[in-house]
Amino acid sequence: MSKRLLMQGNTACVEGALRAGMRFFAGYPITPSTEIAELLSIKLPKVNGKFIQMEDEISSMAAIIGASLCGLKSMTATSGPGFSLKQENIGYAAMTEVPCVIVNVMRGGPSTGLPTCVSQSDVMQSRWGTHGDHPIIVIAPVTVKDIYYMTIKAFNYAEAFRVPVVLLLDEVIAHMRECVELDEEIQIVNRKRPATKESYLPYRNEDDGVPHMADFGMGYKYHVTGLVHNEKGYPTSNPDITEKLITRLHKKIEDKASEIVLFDALNITNGGDLLISYGSSARVCKEIIFNEKVRGIGLFIPYTLWPFPEEQLIKLIKDNNIRRIFVAELNTGQLLLEIRRIVGNTCRVIGINKYNGELFTPEDITKKIEEAIE
Amino acid sequence: MNREMIEKYFRKEQLPHIWCPGCGNGIALAAIVDAIDSSDLDKEKICIVSGIGCSSRASGYLNFDSIHTTHGRAIAFATGVKMANPEMNVIVITGDGDCTAIGGNHLIHACRRNIDLNVIVFNNNIYGMTGGQYSPTTPKSAKTATSRHGTVERQFDICDLSRSAGATYVARSTVYHYRHLTDMIKGAFKNKGFSIVEALTPCPVQYGRRNKLGNPPDIMKELKESVSLTDSSKIKIGVFKNESEPEYTSEYHKLVEAEVGKYE
Repeated sequence: MSKRLLMQGNTACVEGALRAGMRFFAGYPITPSTEIAELLSIKLPKVNGKFIQMEDEISSMAAIIGASLCGLKSMTATSGPGFSLKQENIGYAAMTEVPCVIVNVMRGGPSTGLPTCVSQSDVMQSRWGTHGDHPIIVIAPVTVKDIYYMTIKAFNYAEAFRVPVVLLLDEVIAHMRECVELDEEIQIVNRKRPATKESYLPYRNEDDGVPHMADFGMGYKYHVTGLVHNEKGYPTSNPDITEKLITRLHKKIEDKASEIVLFDALNITNGGDLLISYGSSARVCKEIIFNEKVRGIGLFIPYTLWPFPEEQLIKLIKDNNIRRIFVAELNTGQLLLEIRRIVGNTCRVIGINKYNGELFTPEDITKKIEEAIE
Repeated sequence: MNREMIEKYFRKEQLPHIWCPGCGNGIALAAIVDAIDSSDLDKEKICIVSGIGCSSRASGYLNFDSIHTTHGRAIAFATGVKMANPEMNVIVITGDGDCTAIGGNHLIHACRRNIDLNVIVFNNNIYGMTGGQYSPTTPKSAKTATSRHGTVERQFDICDLSRSAGATYVARSTVYHYRHLTDMIKGAFKNKGFSIVEALTPCPVQYGRRNKLGNPPDIMKELKESVSLTDSSKIKIGVFKNESEPEYTSEYHKLVEAEVGKYE
């Protein structure tokens, strides 16, 4: 059974979150993400959930961590300036391994920038915004339908790996309306909870590197701190324990990268060029590919920007003898750096960038490709 | 504090605590534990939330669900805990800098909401952990690591601030007046709403030394002399506000009860 609905990107995010079992939202008003908070203020009480509009972005992030520790799947939504303010507590969630989802509807920056215009300039911030070495998962949907399913995916990853997950939307896909088919058959993942209070260690290295998580209020009485901590959760500055903790935090994601990564490879031709794009820019690239506006070019869409489908891209390049890559994004070249790192000197990597607050036109991209070919 | 209380409520392996000799934080913590023990709070459903600073290390010593959060944000984390599970008895342990400087915004808005949190501020008038810089409660002209010639800033009155912002239980005491302080905290636990207790506590190492206040017993005597229940020329201690008003999570629950099941 499934039903088809016409909905806005931000609405799809709300419906996906509720479907995933999200029951706590804390946020602060910011364009272009406000529809998410507005809708959840109406819908959460209907499913016995909680909505709170906090006094600022920082406290919104703090509140969702507190609620998640009590066992509720939790989310916040924001845009660039608010995303900057949340960063310290995103790092806290990474360090304390508290599952949560942060939606960032990207708008033009830096600073207040272009509040109502599209941009993809928070890519690097979504990976490296908070201080210290830390794991994170970043997902960038392309269509409204993607937003629905990838919001569910974001919660599943947050719960499975006890990690903050950033859902990176942009103003265009968040505000666009498209038809979405809501499938009844959806897999929902919940965090692993301890079976017994006996000998419970809140930060024990389980087989998959993900400790079991008890809900506060159930009598486990454990400690959570952003300080480096041992398996009991108590602070330490022991070098061995420190190294083990930081290593485990990274490995629990790295080891499962092949299961986490999401991508599409379209129209790949042997010996041809490759276009790489994500979010709303990838929609324009699809238009180029499907209408053959440029011949002999394929499209690679990474949906998980982190972990990046690195091995998959390298294999695709090798198998298809690709020598030239174009990276189209609405910023001055952020994912471009990551692609250059991954492919090294095996390919020429050319950035196609736009950062004036407007979406790419197919001509913006084809012109750059044609220039390079000539 | 007696051994029984330590056995009952402390994570013994985390002791001894990190506080300096002469620090009053241990006394303030003991008062909290005494108040918990003599209250009818469900001991399985107590959550201690703290921020960053000397006082905030307290959360690690008590054997309850506990969160040592980021600097200034304890009340914001606590808001998430209380809202997610209103059955939790949430106690926030914080300091003057944590609560009224970096966390000042969360303090006033939690007061305004009248959410059922019990905030105990260990006010030692200084940032102790970072080496003795002036805080929003450092008295004017006091010498600190960042005001060698005396602070030129005026100080906050935490109780006045909280009362104006809407807290429904507001009290002040000192670590010299142990029984009084314990009673003030018990009063906070009884209030169904936002409660704040300012516990004045000495910092002989970072504050006393720079201001030539003498040894820890001298500073304790000075603390005793500086406050009064009645004398208005001194710092007042006691309950300044204790009023019953609609509590945030209860009010929100009414909304949920009216709406639940209507999702399509």
